[in-house]
This record gives sequence, C-alpha cells and structure tokens, in this order.
Amino acid sequence: MSQQQSLYEKLGGEAAVNAAVDIFYRKVLSDDRISSFFEGVDMETQAAKQKSFLTMAFGGPHNYSGLDMRRGHAHLVERGLNDTHVDAVIEDLAATLRELNVGEDLIAQVGAIAESTRNDVLGR
Amino acid sequence: MVNIRYAKDNFELGENQSVLDCLTGRGVPVPFSCRSGVCQTCLMRATGGTPPESSQNGLKDTLKLQNYFLACICHPTADLEVAMPNDNDVQAVIPATVKSLKLLNSEIMHVELECHAPIDYRAGQFINLFRDRSLGRSYSLASVPHEDDHLHLHVRRLPQGRVSGWIHEELRPGETVEIRGPGGDCFYTPGNAEQGLVLIGTGSGLAPLYGIIRDALSQNHTGPIHLFHGSRDLNGFYLTGELRDLVEQYSNFNYVPCLSGGDAAHGFAAGRADDVAFQQIPNLKNWRMFLCGHPDMVKAAKKKAFMAGASMKDIYADAFNVSQSS
Repeated sequence: MSQQQSLYEKLGGEAAVNAAVDIFYRKVLSDDRISSFFEGVDMETQAAKQKSFLTMAFGGPHNYSGLDMRRGHAHLVERGLNDTHVDAVIEDLAATLRELNVGEDLIAQVGAIAESTRNDVLGR
Repeated sequence: MVNIRYAKDNFELGENQSVLDCLTGRGVPVPFSCRSGVCQTCLMRATGGTPPESSQNGLKDTLKLQNYFLACICHPTADLEVAMPNDNDVQAVIPATVKSLKLLNSEIMHVELECHAPIDYRAGQFINLFRDRSLGRSYSLASVPHEDDHLHLHVRRLPQGRVSGWIHEELRPGETVEIRGPGGDCFYTPGNAEQGLVLIGTGSGLAPLYGIIRDALSQNHTGPIHLFHGSRDLNGFYLTGELRDLVEQYSNFNYVPCLSGGDAAHGFAAGRADDVAFQQIPNLKNWRMFLCGHPDMVKAAKKKAFMAGASMKDIYADAFNVSQSS
C-alpha cells in the first residue's frame, strides 16, 4: 500500500504544503543570500507563488512547464540570479522540511524535483 | 446548461470545463499561472450566483465572504456572473446625503452619510466618495452596520487635497454626494472568537480599526483585542474618550496611544505604533493582525508581523496611498 503512495501523499498533501509555506517563506525572507530578490514584491502574491512552488516540489498537482519557469524568472536572471541563489532556495526548502520532521529520504526526493527546475529557472 | 456571464457576454460552459478555460477560450484575458488552484493568479469575483466552495480553497476568509473564487478550479453547476477582482465599475453609484460634519481633531473630519439606497458593507471596508464624476477618493468605513444608522468616515485633510480640501472647506450638511462601494478585504470575520487581535494604525488609519473593533466586540469576540494608534504629536489622537470608554466596558479590549515624536507624555507609549506593538507582543503566532494607515508603516509592519509568527492568511492590511494628483 505505502509503496503505491505518491511523494505528495507521503508528505501529507495540501495540508503539508499549508504547514510548510509560512515557514519556508520566512526562511527565504531572512536568508541574506536571496532576500533582496523579494524586496518590494507584494507579500500576499508572493506567498501564493511560494505555495505553488512547494506544491510542485512536493510532487503535487501542477501545470507548470519549463517555459513557464523561464518566463517567471527571466526578470530575476537579468538582476543576477545564479546557481548560488538556487542552492540557497533548495537549502531553505530542506531546512523547512526538517523543521516539520520529514524524513531525509523524502527530503532528498523533494530536493531532486526542485533541482530539476534549475536550468529553466536560470534560463539556460 | 450552465452559463458564465462576463461583461454583458454570455458564454456556455462546456462539460468538465473550468470558468478559466471557458473565458480564455473566448478571448477574455484572464491572467493565470498554475492552473491548479494554488497560485491565485486567476482570482475572480462572482457578482451574481454563488461560486462552488471548492473554488475558494485557500482564499482568505474576507475574500470568501465576498464571493471571490479561483477561475481555474471553478466548475459551477448553476449560472454565474463573474468579474475581474479589481473591476469596481460593476458597482452602481449611490447618492448619499451628508448628515453631519464634525472635526475630530485639527485635521480629521468625521463625515456622516445617509445612503439613498441600502449598501451592504462591513466595518473596515472603504467606499469611494466623489466630488464630481471623475474625481473621487477612497475612505474607510468606521461605522458598523446594525450598530450605526449611517456611514461614518474620517477624512484627513491633505495639503492641496482636491477631495479632502473640498470636504473640509466646502461641503455642508444636507448636501448630496455620490459614493460607490464598498471594497476592500480588511474587516472582521466571525469564527475563532478566542483568537487574539492586534490592530495597528496611524493617523486616520484609526477609522477602519475603530469599525473593526466595535464590529468584533458586537459579535462577542472573546480573545484579547489590542489597539495601537500612532501619531507624531498629541494633536493627532482622536476618539480617545470613546476608546477609553470601550476599555472600561470590555475587559478584553486594550488601547495604547503611541506618541512617536517629542517627549513622552503620561498615558502614552513612546515610539512608533508598530514598534510599540511588536515590543509588547513579540510572538504573534496565532494572532490576527489589522494594519491601516501610512503605506510605509503598513508595508514594514506586514513583514515584521509575518516574521514574528503571524500567518499570512491572518494579516489584513489597508495602506492609505495618497493619490499622485492629490
């Protein structure tokens, strides 16, 4: 039975995303490596985007294409978004899951999904 | 057959089709992104009919109560009339008679309006008040429906304010003005009556907060309610007697006037309202926040409240942006 469960189900589905989103967003905002990218953006809109990102990284339902990722981050790449910033986001994501007592094997799977968007996010 | 009505056009909803697909398929430029009900980019509002509960998943309570929904996960089983979220033109202009004008302090006028048609609003929302058809400004509602007969506004006189100056200098009781509204999602929602509320306002940002507090108390809110009202000088405070009466009357209500300029005075906290609030209540986990007034204060306080543990869905804000053309 448990082997048939998707990653999203194992993590706890939408409730897990809801539990993680505020923690994750707080980590990102207080992370000096990347916080400047979030200055001046509407927090409400951004929180919803974080939730979409987490849903995708948790293996949940989404309709984002690689092209969406490129378009969505192009203005940030122009401002200098690079690999170190993607690293920081993935670290903050793992730290969020640890805080929620998620096992390391699942954290690795989430990290791998986030990792798979790297080239699209950085527009290459 | 279910029909979606948008801007006077009727579109037939296909089987298993979402409202988003239905509208974009006919060339209506509804913005969207995730198409799975999460990112909230395709937020719309039902102006006729009721959106399915499932299409409101994850929205703030104040938006749900106003029939906002996410178009990409909206599969209605009955006709729906929909509008873009910021499309205020769907609201009719209502004439209103000025019942009274009374200075609350040297720069804030209490305006009492009697609407010629019933207006369904919540304390803390705003209306637009028009000097003429093309010149209007937004003012928050300090009145509470069922408690107050008329609409109450606190209008601060701005330097060269074309509407506020007119209200202070020229408008007279008995005259009729035009208003449109209400709008805004900064108001009290019933439920979770034991939750603590923190309200931070500067200047006439007290208007919506005064309405929200009285609304919460009249709906038997039992949790602690802390109001922090900020001003640079003593002249900026108003309704202090009324607020102190509420403190006497309700043991769960606390009023802290915060003086940010000059020397501290007896009965006032020294410092900016947001700083005083975060100092007195450093951990805001599970608190509900209401932030109104100066845009810089609102923006900074929103971030501080979130970092101090308040959940994003529990932060309600209304920034009083000053129109560029004053």
